[in-house]
Amino acid sequence: MSRTHVTCTVNGDPVDFLASDDTSLLNALRGELGLTGAKEGCGTGDCGACSVLIDGRLNCSCLVFAPEAEGSDIVTVEGIADDDHLHPLQQAFLEGAALQCGICTPGVLIAAKALLDANPDPTETEIRYALAGNLCRCTGYDKIIRSVQEAAVRLKGAAR
Amino acid sequence: MRYAAPTTVDEARSLLAEHPGSRVFAGATDLIPQIRAGRPAPPVLVDLKRIDQLMTVVHEDGQWRIGAATPTSNLTRNRDFTAMFPGLSEAMGLIGSDQIQNRSSLGGNLANASPAADSVPAMIANAVQAVIASGDGTRTVPVAEIATGPGQTSLADGEFIVEFTVADPPSNTGDAYLRMIPRTEMDIAIVGAAVRLTVDGDIVTDATVVLGAVAPTAVTVPEAGAALVGAAIDAGSIDGSAMDTLADAASAACDPIDDKRGTVAYRRQVAGVMARRAAAIAVGRAQNGV
Amino acid sequence: MTVAADPPAYKWVGTRPIRHDGYEKVIGKARFAADLDLPGQLHAAYLRSPHGHARIVSIDTTTAAGMPGVKAVVTGADFPDLDPTDPNFDVSVNVMARGTVLYNGHALAAVAATTRAEAATAAAAIQVEYELLPVVLTLDESMADGAPLVNEHNVTKFVESDGPSNLATVNVLERGDVDAAFATADLVVEREFDTAHVHQGYIEPHACVVDVGPNGKADVWASSQGHFMVRSLTAATLGWEPSRIKVTPAEIGGGFGGKTTIYLEPVAARLSEMSGRPVKLVMTREEVLRATGPAPASKSRVKIAASDDGDLTAIECWFGYSVGCTNDFAGLVGAMSVASYKFPNLKLEAVGVLTNTPKTAAYRAPSAPQAAFAIESVIDELAQALDMDPIGLRLRNAVAEGDPTAMGMPHPRIGFIECLEALRDSDHYRSPVPDGAARGVGTGFWFNIGEQSSATVNLNEDGTATVITGSPDIGGSRASMALMAAEELGIDVYRITPMVADTESVGFTDVTEGSRATFSTGMAVVNACRDLIEELRARAATILGVEQDAVTWVDGAAVADGQDPLPLSAIAARAKSTGGPLTVTASLNAAGAGPSFAVHCCDLTVDEETGQVAILRYTAVQDAGTAIHPSYVEGQLQGGTVQGIGWALNEEYVFDDDGSLENASFLDYRIPVASDLPMIDTIIVEVPNPAHPYGVRGVGETGIVPPLATIANAVARATSTRMTSLPMSPPKILAALDTP
Repeated sequence: MSRTHVTCTVNGDPVDFLASDDTSLLNALRGELGLTGAKEGCGTGDCGACSVLIDGRLNCSCLVFAPEAEGSDIVTVEGIADDDHLHPLQQAFLEGAALQCGICTPGVLIAAKALLDANPDPTETEIRYALAGNLCRCTGYDKIIRSVQEAAVRLKGAAR
Repeated sequence: MRYAAPTTVDEARSLLAEHPGSRVFAGATDLIPQIRAGRPAPPVLVDLKRIDQLMTVVHEDGQWRIGAATPTSNLTRNRDFTAMFPGLSEAMGLIGSDQIQNRSSLGGNLANASPAADSVPAMIANAVQAVIASGDGTRTVPVAEIATGPGQTSLADGEFIVEFTVADPPSNTGDAYLRMIPRTEMDIAIVGAAVRLTVDGDIVTDATVVLGAVAPTAVTVPEAGAALVGAAIDAGSIDGSAMDTLADAASAACDPIDDKRGTVAYRRQVAGVMARRAAAIAVGRAQNGV
Repeated sequence: MTVAADPPAYKWVGTRPIRHDGYEKVIGKARFAADLDLPGQLHAAYLRSPHGHARIVSIDTTTAAGMPGVKAVVTGADFPDLDPTDPNFDVSVNVMARGTVLYNGHALAAVAATTRAEAATAAAAIQVEYELLPVVLTLDESMADGAPLVNEHNVTKFVESDGPSNLATVNVLERGDVDAAFATADLVVEREFDTAHVHQGYIEPHACVVDVGPNGKADVWASSQGHFMVRSLTAATLGWEPSRIKVTPAEIGGGFGGKTTIYLEPVAARLSEMSGRPVKLVMTREEVLRATGPAPASKSRVKIAASDDGDLTAIECWFGYSVGCTNDFAGLVGAMSVASYKFPNLKLEAVGVLTNTPKTAAYRAPSAPQAAFAIESVIDELAQALDMDPIGLRLRNAVAEGDPTAMGMPHPRIGFIECLEALRDSDHYRSPVPDGAARGVGTGFWFNIGEQSSATVNLNEDGTATVITGSPDIGGSRASMALMAAEELGIDVYRITPMVADTESVGFTDVTEGSRATFSTGMAVVNACRDLIEELRARAATILGVEQDAVTWVDGAAVADGQDPLPLSAIAARAKSTGGPLTVTASLNAAGAGPSFAVHCCDLTVDEETGQVAILRYTAVQDAGTAIHPSYVEGQLQGGTVQGIGWALNEEYVFDDDGSLENASFLDYRIPVASDLPMIDTIIVEVPNPAHPYGVRGVGETGIVPPLATIANAVARATSTRMTSLPMSPPKILAALDTP
């Protein structure tokens, strides 16, 4: 099996690692880089638990070959907090009880961040469709949606 | 299995020639699940996304050139494109989740040749052409000629789609794409219907109806389009009996299967419903640009 | 919102603090089993049966054993054969087939290698010779005269039988005289229903890491609802003493009943023992769907009699459950518990029937949703025929304290009527049904269980407390333990660290199932806290120089006349000089679990040209007894509701003729996505359970029981077509609409 030396940026830090060519970015993040926040729920892009941002865009890392990450800027759930402060989404999720088992939470946070980065004032429907690629089996989505709405309010408040 | 990321079309051609059985990919959104499901891994995986021409969208001289590996989300964010091709845009917007759409490409959606590919009926309805790297040169064919059956294409070994070309639609033209899925997102289409209409005042002057997921490949339904040509439009609605004929023709053109997503009977019936509804949306866009 | 008559004034119970384990979950540091890597670990992969039923004539692992990276290979021959009458026999055979594969996906070998890809490649190279046997896939096939035997070891439970058959269990309950009642009834409605296999759908696949050391002792990290159960079932399957195994519960990514058994741990343990290295074994999503326990498929017949005034006088039900390839599915009692109304005449019969499909497992109120779908649909049809409001009909007949359950014992204090009234008075029910939409109502309950729990409370020298239990947290129970401890001890909930300890560090605790954790483990925590307070009073008496009787415990401090209050932290700082460490353990086999009733309401539209359902509004009312942490109670109601919505509308197992699962992925096993749903409004009713110090009723399971009928009833009112077959997917609704 061929291996590729990959150099990229992860959560703002330059990293490099060696990955088998058929390894997914998800497995490289979790294995080579020890960033186990992104999860494998299905391995086929149907559940979103592996969601990360690649060059600012939301992606299922299970559907990306590790060598494709060369030169990319990757953000995982471990990288969305700001030094000592949680991202408003993380804080809103905690306060709003938007997680129960927590397995989908990293992917949902990344997808929600991608949404609010592009659309700071989404409607409930827009939030639901933006998160349609993230399966949650515990919460029924209600508190997740409300927490994203709350985070959007806080982010707009902070931006003023 | 080896990964390669050529930066030119010629480099890609060489890789495919040197390593028979290799595969090109853009989003890999179906390739990876296929390999997981046991499909033999190709000797070389050729990533097309580092080739500028395949990732660029250009609009000039009344024509669009769309790189075959361009993520569909690039197109759905392009206001000029979505204004001209709202139906094709909404089709691309239905290919899976936001995560998928940042990877999926028109080239992949077409060359993967799923009978249910969402962008294909809308590409055909808009007379999109595929430019294929072939041997040392290229050849251009209508999109409708690429898929020949489930997972099968007319592409020869070593060939791959480089870009798509589509002319600006004539004025007073509108397109729409609707599909039937059991949930609201994330499903493969049980029925897909693309309609493109041109109107002159209150008469339909041109119409193309293409169905997806109801046959081994997307199906253009000439009788359905013909049913609309000459139909009168009253207060934004196409004449009822023309629409009935459209729906019947759409149902009749289906050659569907029973599978875990839908039955033959269901697909036939709903094909008519979706074609009718897509036509109703398309005529509004043709008349009002909305 | 919460509805309660005269709720007590608690300081901590009923508040909504951020859960103690939340921070690491939102920053991606929470450790689920697949997140753990041990140095030198191997990865394992399975070989699974491609046939629905076959005898294993031979298995040759020689080639596989020699392949690159392979360090160990196991088959059924590497596990002791338990006696077929041993209660663990079925689990052990499901973990690794012996002699016969019973379903497509049944594990028959596993390989440990340095990478997962190497393990999978080697597993695929194991040569197996099969002798194909007849495959039985449906209840009808299985019950037919002369049907082939699904499982040669199956002997029907609870009744006399002549030998092996496909009948797993028979349960019958009767009272009164249903025949006479039907003969004289003003109105009788009889219907047949069927439902498909559905999966719990947890997003985290099963995973474990097992390290068997040179001393033969196994360290296990597992995703599970019960680590003591993992220990005992793993030991039984390996033929080991339980004390050879230590199990540490990882964070669990969803269970809903599906992780109350084991699949992986004995295999990983044997591979680790053979290779001398840790073994990590993680299921793929395909394996989860093909080879872990779904809920049973069902067929049922329900017949209910009513008077013109709306008295429900008789009910006769037959329930048939396809329970997969083994008969140890314990959930049929759920079907028996369904009768929520005061039927004077009752006959309920439930049978479990075997098929060559995966061994079923518990799924939130096991066997109750299928039964409630049928019964609540017929109740709704009666309401329509009698032109009675669906809540009114139910209020007229609802059980209350003292009324008999289906099993005959009297109900304890319950809140069914309160829940019906809460829905009747709710904003949702009082709002007009939107144009073009229709409204459905459905109810359900789960009896809940108690069982064994242990808790240890340690006071730290700084006055903080660690509350240690053995209940894996599947819904926020750690927060509830901390809240109850805070209430008892009188200290801030953030001065308490709740944790779930491994099998060597906490007393025996039964599985987190049956909605028992907040009830039973909560009681153990409360008891431990109360014992601790006794000890704190004694220590305070020593410090203050008074008799212990003169000391009371108020707001987290020892109080004696004429003295300043002595806070807990001050006593904790002087633990050594007053007698030693301050630590207390309590355990119990809890009794008095209180049933939790629920009433649901749904407004929806049906697109009559495509059969697609759109849910506009949903309200779930449920009796929690006392909501210790209301946000997590709401979360249980909402989560159970949405699983029920998926079960009702789109989820089902699709098998081909050979028993191969055609939709073994989240693409085609369609669970609800965020855009499918509106907000799920909740109303928590609080009718405290007298048997718990805080009145707790388990809430986790009931929520999945009403939605199936709630949606079917709304669809019936939208289309005048009663859907009796689940899922109510668009093709089925359209076909039903088209049928005159």
